[in-house]
Amino acid sequence: MQRNGPLALIFHTLFLAFILAPLVIVVVVSFTDKGYISMPTDGLSLRWYRAIFEARELTDAFLFSAKLGIAASCCAMVLAIPAALALTRYRFRGRGVLLAFFMSPLMIPQVVLGAAFLRFFNIAGLSGSFFWLMLTHVIVIVPYAMRMVIAAATGMNREIENAGLSLGASPLTVFRRITLPMLMAGIMGGWMLSFIQSFDELTMTIFVATPGTMTLPVAMYNHIAHTIDPLVTSVSAVLIFGTVILTLLLERLVGLEKVLIGRG
Amino acid sequence: MSFLSIKGLGKRFGDFVAVNNLDLDIERGEFISLLGPSGCGKTTTLQMVAGFVEPTGGTVFVAGKDMTRVPPEKRGMGVVFQSYALFPHMTVEQNIAFGLEMRGVTGHELRTRVGDALSLVRLDGLSHRYPRELSGGQRQRVAIARALAIRPEVLLLDEPMSNLDAKLREEMHIELRAIQRHLNITTVLVTHDQVEAMTMSDRIAVMHGGRIVQLDTPYNAYEHPATNFASTFLGKTNCLVAEAMPSAQTGEGQIKVGDATIRTSPYNLTGKVHAYIRPEKIHVRPADDSGLTGRVRTKLFLGSLWMLEVETELGPFMVNVPNSAPITCGEGDTVTLAWDSRDVKVLPCEESVHA
Amino acid sequence: MPSLGASRTKHAPWLLSTPALAVFVSMLLTPLVLTGLLSFYAFDSQRGLTDTLTLANYLEVFTDGYYLEIFGRTAAMALLVTLVCIVIGVPETVILSRMQGRWRGIFLLVILAPLLISVVVRTLGWSILLGTQGLINNALIAIGVLDEPLRMLFTFSGMVIALVHVMVPFMVLSVWASIQKLDPQVEQAGLSLGASRATTFVRVILPQLLPGILSGSIIIFALTASAFATPALIGGRRLKVAATAAYDEFLSTLNWPLGATIAVVLLVANVVVIAGCNRWVERRFRSVFES
Repeated sequence: MQRNGPLALIFHTLFLAFILAPLVIVVVVSFTDKGYISMPTDGLSLRWYRAIFEARELTDAFLFSAKLGIAASCCAMVLAIPAALALTRYRFRGRGVLLAFFMSPLMIPQVVLGAAFLRFFNIAGLSGSFFWLMLTHVIVIVPYAMRMVIAAATGMNREIENAGLSLGASPLTVFRRITLPMLMAGIMGGWMLSFIQSFDELTMTIFVATPGTMTLPVAMYNHIAHTIDPLVTSVSAVLIFGTVILTLLLERLVGLEKVLIGRG
Repeated sequence: MSFLSIKGLGKRFGDFVAVNNLDLDIERGEFISLLGPSGCGKTTTLQMVAGFVEPTGGTVFVAGKDMTRVPPEKRGMGVVFQSYALFPHMTVEQNIAFGLEMRGVTGHELRTRVGDALSLVRLDGLSHRYPRELSGGQRQRVAIARALAIRPEVLLLDEPMSNLDAKLREEMHIELRAIQRHLNITTVLVTHDQVEAMTMSDRIAVMHGGRIVQLDTPYNAYEHPATNFASTFLGKTNCLVAEAMPSAQTGEGQIKVGDATIRTSPYNLTGKVHAYIRPEKIHVRPADDSGLTGRVRTKLFLGSLWMLEVETELGPFMVNVPNSAPITCGEGDTVTLAWDSRDVKVLPCEESVHA
Repeated sequence: MPSLGASRTKHAPWLLSTPALAVFVSMLLTPLVLTGLLSFYAFDSQRGLTDTLTLANYLEVFTDGYYLEIFGRTAAMALLVTLVCIVIGVPETVILSRMQGRWRGIFLLVILAPLLISVVVRTLGWSILLGTQGLINNALIAIGVLDEPLRMLFTFSGMVIALVHVMVPFMVLSVWASIQKLDPQVEQAGLSLGASRATTFVRVILPQLLPGILSGSIIIFALTASAFATPALIGGRRLKVAATAAYDEFLSTLNWPLGATIAVVLLVANVVVIAGCNRWVERRFRSVFES
């Protein structure tokens, strides 16, 4: 394999700079002491980090997003695991269609989903409900959860389950003691990916969020659209930091490539 | 009444018949191999005996009990899988203990039996390792120990040696046979390796196209193959296409190959036939007029023997010359081939021949 | 062959899928159908949503210059972003693949991690960078390239730049997946037959990367055409795209049928592009590669 020449490395550096620039700038600006978006030219200040604690609307939204994310991810995994096993273990008519159906939210523009849910909630009077908002997130994140579990289940050597049966374990015991532990890395990775996708979700949620069910991305979007203070930057910096930790965890657990490609 | 009795066992997948009306009676403590090329139905047969595949016809009886529809977890058979199928998230000890746990064995007895199983396969000291920390050979032993720990009445092995290198495989043949003899366990081995089958088995079931074409001891299967397939699958052989002829002498047969007449072992056929002579049964002499002459086209050294390809007027012959003394002929030399007429086996022409 | 015992039941897979299926049918299929239906209702600026069915919404969307401009802008934006992502994403991925183990993993992580950060944060960063008092302008003025700040925020090019940032990791992912499937010995075979390194790259390696490049392009095109947050924050009120236009109708003008119409058009276009192109890529390359 060829080594990278100097030209390639320069390109690579520029590319990396491009990728990191907006993230770095957000973190840098979060340390400004001025009341508007500016560089911290007069020294670093934690003013806007302290302000987070007073910004009820943003901290509430953060907690709400976390709660929503956990609930939606758990729900998504409960739905995705049996379905993924069904899709990988059995060959049946309609399998392809079923898989496509479960993956379809990936193909549907989030705007369309948002509009559809808005209409649905409006007709059924479900606006402002945590449970139904959670279900909309479940729809959006199930493809990610399912893809992870499918990848883990496909990579599993099925003879191992047969071995368990031959040693006298009932099918339920085999599932509990053998299948589930072997799928655990994929399940945990799927859960974390689902959580992240739910937490970050903006475009669809903007249609159905209400003041009583406000998620963090929507609150931040509204904040950016209407104010000019750097509060969003400090919140963003916290989010970036949190995501970095989660990314490292995911990488250690399952390997990031597998997470994002689905098949590694 | 035999211990493991298979009657009329069959399996079809749609239009494809994988196993066709199989009958097999295995005595207690016997070691039987199902030998055949891929696709002959041997693995499917084993899976039906184990309970992982439901037969479309026929029955499986073990010690007089009908096991045909019994789920695998209730059959109490020890299974060693081709990929070993060790539980990756459990240690060696936990793997072996698993079957015992399922039977409610705990505490001191559990530990003792696990220890015994490990000693049986000579893996003491590795109980705390995980499968990924073991070599291929070690994993195989764990798989065997795990299957034997539950003291099964029947041991089923699905090509367990195919992932081992040649030397290790040879060692395992001998060791596994010794363990089986020691425990006197009824064993069924599935393999495509005829050396493996012949080394370990009391009897071999040669399978082809979903059927058993010959069931015999290794010696008989090799020396007296019943079909063209068995002749060519077990070991190497030379094949001549010939015309049957009435025999000239009692205790002997005759065939016509081209213009030549060849004496063979007795047979009772007419029309077109196949005649088989094993390479090791042919003797090579410096050229004289007494037998079939030919030219040595290729000469290969295989360590314990020389393999020669000799061009004759009857076609090419493969000849094995044991390396008990320095070989006298070389490539390009003319030689004479001779053999005992009883070593020429004649079989009918209809069945397909293993390539 | 099913593993948990000889096929226990033929209904097992359907039973296992029922919970997910139930949720999807009620929460996905139903709302989409309702929205589709909504697009056929008439909207009266005085009375709001009426009960009369009409094709007027579709007519308006397909003939009014306002909407045609929006769709045109959306398509142009998607195309441009896709092209730029190919131009910078493919070389970067190739460069990555030529790095040694540890660096390769680290840089891949750095490039892909932004996918896990909310688009609001990423776009916020760009709005800061692109502003007239933004870093880029200040830097360019400082080094003398510009005399006055360049207007990048609320422009088409600003939108494209920010969208490229959001989308290029998908291209890297897609091409990376293709590169993983490459057999290094094929490249060696090309060299051994006398082709120069450059020729080998263009004639041997690049063609094998084509499926990855194409599938990445399809994803990026579809996602960009449906993008909302970045065009909203960087493009602003005057540069509307399909997603922001739909948003406007639903949440500002409250002309839900029209909004639904735009949504339907967007959905159909998306599905057609993705499914159609995927099938084309598959068919074109199926004989060449095994998946």
